[in-house]
Order: sequence, then C-alpha cells, then structure tokens
Amino acid sequence: MAEKKRTIIPIGPYHPLQEEPEFFLLGVEGEKVVDIEWKTGYNHRGIERIAETKSYDQVTFLVERVCGICSTSHPIAYCNAMEDLAGIEIPERAKYIRSIIAELERIHSHLLWVGLAGHFLGYNTVWMWSWKYREPVLDIMEAISGNRQNYAMLKIGGVRRDIEESDIPKILKMVEKLVPNLDLLTGAITDDPVLHVRLKGVGILTKEEARNYGATGPTARASGLPFDARRDSPYAAYDLVDWKVITRQEGDVFAKVVVRLLEMYESVKIIKECLMRLRKVKTEIAIKVEEIPPGEGIGHPEAPRGEVFHYIRSDGTNRPVRHKIRAPSFCNVPTFRATVIGETISDATIILAAVDPCYCCTERMAVVDKRTGKKEMNGFDLIRLSQEKTKDLRRKMLGK
Amino acid sequence: MKLKDWAFKKSPWIFHLGAGSCNNCDIELLDCITPKFDVERFGILLVGSPRHADCLVITGIVTKKVLPRLKRVYKQTPDPKIVIAVGACACSGGIFRDGYNMAGPVDRVIPVDVYIPGCPPKPEAIISGIVKALGDMK
Ligand code: SF4
Repeated sequence: MAEKKRTIIPIGPYHPLQEEPEFFLLGVEGEKVVDIEWKTGYNHRGIERIAETKSYDQVTFLVERVCGICSTSHPIAYCNAMEDLAGIEIPERAKYIRSIIAELERIHSHLLWVGLAGHFLGYNTVWMWSWKYREPVLDIMEAISGNRQNYAMLKIGGVRRDIEESDIPKILKMVEKLVPNLDLLTGAITDDPVLHVRLKGVGILTKEEARNYGATGPTARASGLPFDARRDSPYAAYDLVDWKVITRQEGDVFAKVVVRLLEMYESVKIIKECLMRLRKVKTEIAIKVEEIPPGEGIGHPEAPRGEVFHYIRSDGTNRPVRHKIRAPSFCNVPTFRATVIGETISDATIILAAVDPCYCCTERMAVVDKRTGKKEMNGFDLIRLSQEKTKDLRRKMLGK
Repeated sequence: MKLKDWAFKKSPWIFHLGAGSCNNCDIELLDCITPKFDVERFGILLVGSPRHADCLVITGIVTKKVLPRLKRVYKQTPDPKIVIAVGACACSGGIFRDGYNMAGPVDRVIPVDVYIPGCPPKPEAIISGIVKALGDMK
C-alpha cells in the first residue's frame, strides 16, 4: 500500500553549482523522505590503477588530483604511507610546512562548504561572502606554493618548497586578516534566528549511529565523537603545536556548521604557531630517499572532511604494487540513511550537504521509474523548496 | 550582426558539466562568479539546464559512464553554441590519460571550440578563454 504512494525523487548526477556528479534517489511519501539510495561512479577515473603504473615520485602528483579540495590531504596521506613503509622521519621544518599547507586547505575547504550550505538555504549572501573570504586563503597559498590549487608542495621525505624567512611576516599578516572575516561570518550565522530554526534538530546523527556508520571528521565530531587523526596519531607538526579538537554533542546540522566554523579558528592558531616556529627551526626541508624497500605502509591524516586512508605495498621496485585510497566521504555518505529518512523533502538538501560530501544534484539525465513515480522533481526544485522554507520562516519570524 | 548573435555575445549563459574531474577546475570556474572575479557583471551567467545555455563548459576527462550523458547534453544545448574545454584533463586527458575508464578527452566525443589549458587554469585564464571564444564569433 505504502509502495503505491511513494514518489521517487532523483537528485543528480549534474548540478551547475557542485563539483562531482553524484546521484541520489529519494523515496518520499507526501512530504516525508522514507528512503534514500546513492549511486556513484560518474567520476571514477581509475586512479589506484594509474598509480600502479607510475613511479613513486609521480604518484605524489597523481594523488593530489584525487580531489581538488583535498589536494594536500591526499599527498600527505600518500607521503605518510611511503615514509611509514621506508621508515623515514622527515625534517622538522618540513613538518611545520606540511601543517601550514594542510590547515590553509582546511580553512579554504570549510569556507567553501559554508558558502554552498548558505546557498542551499537561500542565503546567497553567505555564499558570496564566504567565497570572498576564501580568496585571501588562496592568495596565501599562491604566495607559498605558486599555485592557487594543486599546490605540489609535498614529496616523499619532506616538502618541495621552503617558506622564506622574508615571506613570513607577509604571510602572518595575511593570516591575521582572516580572523575578523571569520568573526563576521560566524556572528552572522550563529546570531540568525531563522538559521537556528532551520538547522537545529534537523538531520540528527546520534553518537551511536555515527559510531555504527564509522563517520569521520566534522560529521563524527558534531555527534560527540572526539576523533581527530591529527591528535590521535600525530603526523606533520600536530604534536608540536597547541590546539584543540572541536566537538559538539547535538549531531544536527547546526552542530556540524559550528564545528566547522570553530575549527577554522584552530587552524588559524596552528598556522600562526607553525610560522613562528619556522623562524627558529633551520633544518633541511627534505631528506633524500634513495630506495624504497619492499613492504607495506599506511598513512591516515585528517582531511577537512575526515580521515583519509592510503595504503601502499611495495615490492622493492620503483612503483607501487598496490595503492589503496579511501576518502572520508566514503564513510560519511552512508550516514544519510540515518539522517535524511524521516525528515521532510525541503530539509533533505541541507542534510545531504551537511556532511560535505562531494555532493551533486539535478536530474535531467536520470532515468526515473515511472511505475512508482507520479511527480518528478530535480535538484533545482529541491534547492528551491529548501530556499522557500527559509523565506517562509523569515517572513513569519522577522516579518520580512 | 543578427539579433541572436548580438544577444549571444552580450550575455553568454554557461552550463557547466564535470565529466570526471578532480573538482579543482570546477571550483575555479565557480570562483569566476563569486565577488572577486564576478563575471556576472558582464552578463555571464551559470545556468542549470543545457537547454538554456549558450556555452558548454566541460571539465575533466570524459569517463565511460559520463560519455552518453555528455553526448546528450551536447544535443540538448541549442545552436549556436560554443564548447569550452577547461583544464588539462578536458583538453588532453592530463594526468589520467592512461586510465582504463577514460573515454575522452572531450574533443574525441564532441567538437570543442576553445581549449583552456592549466591544471587547474586560474579564473583569469578561464575568463580570458571565454572572452576569446566570444570574440571569435562573427
Ligand atoms: S585539469 Fe587538473 S585541476 Fe582540472 S580537473 Fe584535471 S586534474 Fe583536476
């Protein structure tokens, strides 16, 4: 009986605003979401296989292109795996530089997410703001690495470029300038009564569920699981500087926003401290790695979205025999089953976006099962629904 | 100049399709419409459907799964249209050219008018590419 009334709403695989094509099928009864299915594979490029045909040095640049937003997390994971395999300890200066890049990336990734989340809620101003404030981060990246994205800073045994003493004051000043912008953004988001209504208690992922699904990163930390690979198995300079793991207990979308916002402050703190230390620590920036012995190695740093995992097996030649990559979204996306089911369609978009998957919408090319589907909606309609709900709330609450 | 061409040049609407990219090209493209670059000033607008678009901007190698969809999107875009390949991946396959899941680069599937190389190209490069493409129209 219930089957008959169920409508299938496809989201994906393409959406003009989002990056990767991905495809969701929402099963709904009236306004309520009762089922969700996830299809992917549009973006499968066979990277693990390509890695096996490249030499160890080349793979660093390949893994950088697994995901553009995490274009430092993957190389760090890979280099950690290789250094684990070969039993190498990298020079201290390289550690600081790695941390600086990784944290800059975290800020840029979180800002990017805040912007898109704002857009999904109908707050396009938030979107434009946070992307505007993201630009200085990219400028810092450009100052350090010479490129806005795909920094090519990492290599096995250290980093490829040094941060010059003369550049440090300039970079410090740029980093300091980020803070008032973050304040503004945080204030605007946490003070808005409409956003509170819209996001609090929506899409709750309980601690239990987060644990069962194996959620990682901000998704887990917003549900009260204090896991952070940076603290739990330190790499780069994270055990040398002082910082906090941000957690929240509520597990709703709002908690996920707050965790990300506060994490950016921690990142700024880490970057500043690392830059200060760079002035004193005058070691090499990389050690020469002559040979990779046969063996296995793993690297699992904390990317902006959670823990990335790389596994390498070597047989003593100059290329990996097996290279396995597991990205954090792989763990976080299945939590949709716990968070979206039971919520309304207009909340679905923001809940799906809340774990910051490489998320994508709109139907157009989707094949819809006409037997079950009466009404078809695409990702646009969903975003529109979501935006309208915010508008409604605003009208009711603020009389605007 | 015909009215259609004039309108085309004055405000080209863009449909973006990620055909198996690493996101970076896509982010840089999106960056173009945010405050620092803000191409909307010039009437360039990102639209949600290929049926509304004048330009197709394609990023990434074309994966086998995307291949039929890319062809379909190309057919859905009304003439006159220009196709812009953004990034090394779209132009030549880039770092993924040896992959088993690659059906591209883009010009093997559909005709491409403008190539914007770079990995990823900077927003300035993307804007300049689009402007050049418009200038080439008679
Ligand atoms: S050209 Fe480079 S940045 Fe663009 S999608 Fe390909 S790998 Fe990513």
